[in-house]
Amino acid sequence: MSEIRKSWGLHIGVVSLLLALNFILPDYHHGNLARVMVLACYAMGYNILFGYTGLLSLGHALFFAAGMYGMSLTVQHLGWSAGPAIIVGLASGLAMSLIVGILSLRTAGVAFMIVTLMFAQAGYLAALYFGEYTRGDEGFVIQKAARQIGGIDLSDPMNRYLAALVLFAVCLFITLRVVQTGFGRVLVAIRENEERTRMLGYDVHRHKLLAILLSGTMSAAAGASYGLLFGYAGATFASVQYSIFPLLWVLLGGAGTVLGPFVGTLFMFYLIDLSSDISTAYMLIAGLTLVLLTLFAPQGLVGELRRRTLRWLP
Amino acid sequence: MTKSNSDDTKIVETPPITDTMQPNRRQAIKTLAATTTLAAVASTTPLFGRYGQAQSAEPIKIGFQVHRTGIGAAYGRWYNRTTEAAVKKINDEGGINGREVQIVAEDDGTDPKRGAEVVEKLATQHGCDIAFGTLFSHVVIGSAPRAGELKIPYFVVSEGHHVASGMLNRYTLQPGITDVKSQVQAMAPFVNSTLGKKVTMIYPDFAFGHDHRDYFSAAVEAQGGKVVAKIAIPPTESSFTKYFPKIPRDTEVIYHVMVGPAVLTFVKEMGEFFGNSRPEIFGFIDSLEAVDLASPGLEFLEGTYFWEGNPRYAQANQSDYDKAYRAAVGVDNNGASISDSKDVSTYAHMFGCWETLHIVKAGMEASGYAGADDRAKLIEAVEAMTSIPHSYANPQGAKEFNGKTHQTFGHQYITRVENSKLVLAHTTSIADTYYPDEVDYTTQSF
Repeated sequence: MSEIRKSWGLHIGVVSLLLALNFILPDYHHGNLARVMVLACYAMGYNILFGYTGLLSLGHALFFAAGMYGMSLTVQHLGWSAGPAIIVGLASGLAMSLIVGILSLRTAGVAFMIVTLMFAQAGYLAALYFGEYTRGDEGFVIQKAARQIGGIDLSDPMNRYLAALVLFAVCLFITLRVVQTGFGRVLVAIRENEERTRMLGYDVHRHKLLAILLSGTMSAAAGASYGLLFGYAGATFASVQYSIFPLLWVLLGGAGTVLGPFVGTLFMFYLIDLSSDISTAYMLIAGLTLVLLTLFAPQGLVGELRRRTLRWLP
Repeated sequence: MTKSNSDDTKIVETPPITDTMQPNRRQAIKTLAATTTLAAVASTTPLFGRYGQAQSAEPIKIGFQVHRTGIGAAYGRWYNRTTEAAVKKINDEGGINGREVQIVAEDDGTDPKRGAEVVEKLATQHGCDIAFGTLFSHVVIGSAPRAGELKIPYFVVSEGHHVASGMLNRYTLQPGITDVKSQVQAMAPFVNSTLGKKVTMIYPDFAFGHDHRDYFSAAVEAQGGKVVAKIAIPPTESSFTKYFPKIPRDTEVIYHVMVGPAVLTFVKEMGEFFGNSRPEIFGFIDSLEAVDLASPGLEFLEGTYFWEGNPRYAQANQSDYDKAYRAAVGVDNNGASISDSKDVSTYAHMFGCWETLHIVKAGMEASGYAGADDRAKLIEAVEAMTSIPHSYANPQGAKEFNGKTHQTFGHQYITRVENSKLVLAHTTSIADTYYPDEVDYTTQSF
């Protein structure tokens, strides 16, 4: 079997497994997995830029929040229904990533990290400043009646799970397809040696910009969906910690692997959740585990798997 | 059958005795023998004795969403201590409906995402009867939709206006602490009549500050006063000297609600700016909860006024209820921990946990709560509450609960800093805190 066929088989298998879990998981884990799948889309978006293109952004919360606010503010203040509101969320993420991309790509390395961090901080403060509309740090509820698409109530656990799964599958297959195309290979080439890629005649700037657009829009899709599926939008999601989370999830799962972001998000969720059952000092347990993982599996869980056995993993 | 009247005392209705129920002598002896045996067993089994009337031996599980880490940690620690003390009292008095009360605490990191996850965990993993105890508004608002979807009663202790504003749902209630809108507007008469009519407001430039700006401006103008300047301070600011020159010269009162670690710098720099000729100053204690008023840099606050939900220092007119509550939680007369005088409590807010748990107890007993199937009945029982008297269960003071808006209303306290202690200067009426209803949750279905 070719590596491409094996890759598709594995990823379709993962999505099928997640679909099967919908019918057997107990309530608590069912709800958690829905949330993890949405957040994994955020991490997958981040991974396209960081894992495949080698651009370390510290400001991705800006895109997540752009999607969340683009969707929720149109529902809240313009009375739009969820379907068109999601499109507005995606468009907000696309527009924001275009602006940030054009400006931040004038820098590189540490400067790129700082510029993206500053943009995100400006976005966070803007969400607070326009508190009249956003309710700032407090945020607001997206009412149950507004959380419907085509008559499907997204506050229902089953519908929520399936909606999260659809989003997850779309983001997963887009990522998989991208890394298999020439475009994806150029991104990896930029990550490995930007000068050589440029010398080979590729338009590095254009590829980086497209990577930011894809990454930012995918993050925005996750933000918009999170707001819609869980009924809340607030400035916390634009804060710096929500820029750090996807970096952490991707590093844990394996940067530059298609499944890594999902595995990292899932692992981090249950690490916090289970360790909090053991002790009130659960952050210490979580911290120690992360240190050990960084020491002994520096390429992340899926990355390590690829290094040791499954070398064909995309 | 047990039901509750408005002052939350229980009335026990005895079913009428019918012919078939009239015991004959043989049955009476049998019953007596069985009762004697049960009593003998009960006397040797402490738990059975204590919760002997319970229909179910299962404890009532109260899920406690606690801010153990994150920005709310100082509040969370004291909310935890108050909750544990209240549960001990309730259990010592026989539990709820004769059942032991058990607290299942989960840290939400003072984060709305984790908050929602914690509510899910309490409801579906731990099988809690209710969720309770959340303080920070963004965590409440992030968690409440999930509580509504999971149909678990969610008793918050937040003082946010989110419940009464109609933003949340029928499953979310705030019966143990007043909301910011009522607190702020109740300050206006005192500020206007005692301190001055021209007010400059200094507040953080986010939702909490905006609530103060909007509600207080409206209330003070309704009283014939005027807000002469509104100075919003960005949340990232760590020095405030550039803002003080913006205070108009004709300001008679400064109203401040700064929060977070920068508050000490704020007070110190304000003192340096004004020197000995300052206007009257009024603030919300939220800024200085868990902070010792004798801390260096706070000397400038001497002679200024504060809102307190419940006076931190034991006052001259301290009620027996406050005395008992203070002792039960382990707080001394200065509002600090009995075991560590430097460990200052969040006394102005934490009573809300104590009072909420007693209202949950009253609601469960009024509705004959037996399990998750009775959650709707519990909510209806709490909605039916009106006057809640000043008592051991409600040591902060009497309250009026509005079942339609799910929000309680109560007295507010204004204290003055004298020798680094807060001394009671004024107590508002409950009527001062009223505003028109903005929602009727009772029209929402379960």
